[in-house]
Amino acid sequence: MVENRRFGNLIPHIILCIGVMIVVFPVYLAFVGSTHEAATIANGQMPLTPGTKFFENYYRTIFIGTSSTTREPVYTMLLNSFVMAMVIAVGKIAISIISSYAIVYFKFPLRMTAFWVIFITLMLPVEVRIYPTYKIVADLNMLDTYAGLTLPLIASATATLLFRQFFMTVPDELVEASRIDGAGPFRFFWDTLLPLSRTNMAALFVILFILGWNQYLWPLLITTRDDMQTIVIGIKKMIVTSDALTEWQLVMATAVLAMLPPVAVVIAMQRLFVRGLVETEK
Amino acid sequence: MAEVTLKDVKKVYAGGVEAVKGVTFDVPDGHFCVLVGPSGCGKSTLLRMVAGVETISSGEVRIGGRVVNEIEPSERDIAMVFQNYALYPHMSVYNNMAYGLRNRKTPKEEIDRLVKEAARILEIEQLLERKPRQLSGGQRQRVAMGRAIVRRPKAFLFDEPLSNLDAKLRITTRVEIKKLQKNLGTTSLYVTHDQLEAMTLADMLVVMNGGRVDQIGPPLEVYEKPATTFVATFIGAPAMNLLKMSGAEPGLMLGRNLPADGAIIGIRPEDFALSSVAPAGEIGLQLTVTAVEKVGPESFVYGTLDRGDNVIVRVPGTQAPAPGHRAVASVSPTKLHVFSADGTRRIGD
Repeated sequence: MVENRRFGNLIPHIILCIGVMIVVFPVYLAFVGSTHEAATIANGQMPLTPGTKFFENYYRTIFIGTSSTTREPVYTMLLNSFVMAMVIAVGKIAISIISSYAIVYFKFPLRMTAFWVIFITLMLPVEVRIYPTYKIVADLNMLDTYAGLTLPLIASATATLLFRQFFMTVPDELVEASRIDGAGPFRFFWDTLLPLSRTNMAALFVILFILGWNQYLWPLLITTRDDMQTIVIGIKKMIVTSDALTEWQLVMATAVLAMLPPVAVVIAMQRLFVRGLVETEK
Repeated sequence: MAEVTLKDVKKVYAGGVEAVKGVTFDVPDGHFCVLVGPSGCGKSTLLRMVAGVETISSGEVRIGGRVVNEIEPSERDIAMVFQNYALYPHMSVYNNMAYGLRNRKTPKEEIDRLVKEAARILEIEQLLERKPRQLSGGQRQRVAMGRAIVRRPKAFLFDEPLSNLDAKLRITTRVEIKKLQKNLGTTSLYVTHDQLEAMTLADMLVVMNGGRVDQIGPPLEVYEKPATTFVATFIGAPAMNLLKMSGAEPGLMLGRNLPADGAIIGIRPEDFALSSVAPAGEIGLQLTVTAVEKVGPESFVYGTLDRGDNVIVRVPGTQAPAPGHRAVASVSPTKLHVFSADGTRRIGD
């Protein structure tokens, strides 16, 4: 069917284009909404082309905030979200790579028990254990702090399992060669295992950063002060359900801003991410 | 420079499996000792115990007179070349060779000198900046050798270093390893399952079978006087023909008596000659040819003796009887190997 190739490629392309349009259109609409006056959106006739208030709206969103509900400029929310996502991603990777190292390379009593306990926590996400976790964080006086926001989310069974699988594919001879070369457990971890895990860490970082950025339920519970709220919570709070008028152009601008950092992370890490999936460096 | 001594070394795994059942031998200083045996005979385990990457269940390993049982691999003054080379994938060739020296706090200029010198000996100077994945199998093998020789160890340990190479490269590398070892004069332990590799490399051959040593000696002595039927069939290709004899059987005119419980007679395929009549003074065995393999310089004739045994005869050239033909395989009585009936002892030399 070589002669039909060109035509054969056309149909998948059309299907993909339709798919892209379906995904992109709401995003485009959010962007368009963020460039108009509040009145334009409020009267129900949403235009399909960008308006003229781009700079004004974004300036107000980032540095001033909505006039009534959130009372905080969006840059503090962005900062909070960024700190939370970073700490969660880096913390998860750091903790899980160390625990995987212990589980794979060291023999100690109850090693398999430790592994299974970690495994079982897969079934206990924050949503399930939300009351006890909240109680502990509250008792430790960590409400409205970055620690309270991030620590309960850091322990991660998924990342531990992922690194464990990766470590088990590293040939034993490499450990033995290191031992003969005079590298102790710490040096082996630092000089050999970490560099080999680089692409895995990058791929995980992308996934975990987005996971942290999109957290909703936990920040909603744990933060009460305005200056500690994350951007995802901020968007929600901006939408007023009572008599006041929702400033939709600012909500839309905030939504667009909230999308940018995860996109930036994906683009920045894309090369490493793909290499992590394609290339085996063993 | 050092001798390696093993005294009643045993390895018992946690499940109770005995992989090495008491092995004792000495490798004199500068000798090339090859441990050979089928897979699962414990030869690799033994080597890994000498290296220190496997614990020693009982017995004693000495390197240069020092008992090393409890000493870390890096302190044993050995270097090991692995079957899959185990190069650090993220480090350049230079760093792969320098890593061990760095960990030993060798001064920088000294490292540089040693690495460059090893690279010169192995002719890999132009590869120093490359990563292992950019190298061919043969080049990786050289880097693995380089990593071993920069350390100037008391002993080299090789764990089937040639099995990942193609047949041609295996032969040239084999010759090079031998030359290198002679030039450096470093005591070496080499594990392989390839009897040809073992014969060509060894000063001293250790044939292992099921966790025990069956025979130790120079390669030709092992070939000429195998101590057990296992060694007899393992060393030499094609394998030695073994004929079971009951004590009373007069089938072979051995010119001597067999033990009452019988014996096993071994005849190497290359000691047979094919003809229509056995020459005077030689033992003739009637056989029917079943298959012939012609490989060029020699041919292998498969046949069934009239008494029922299958044998292989190696004849020079390509002149061989066709399958179905009858022939006489003759052998000089001095070329017979006689083993006890259970095959564990060589008798009557």
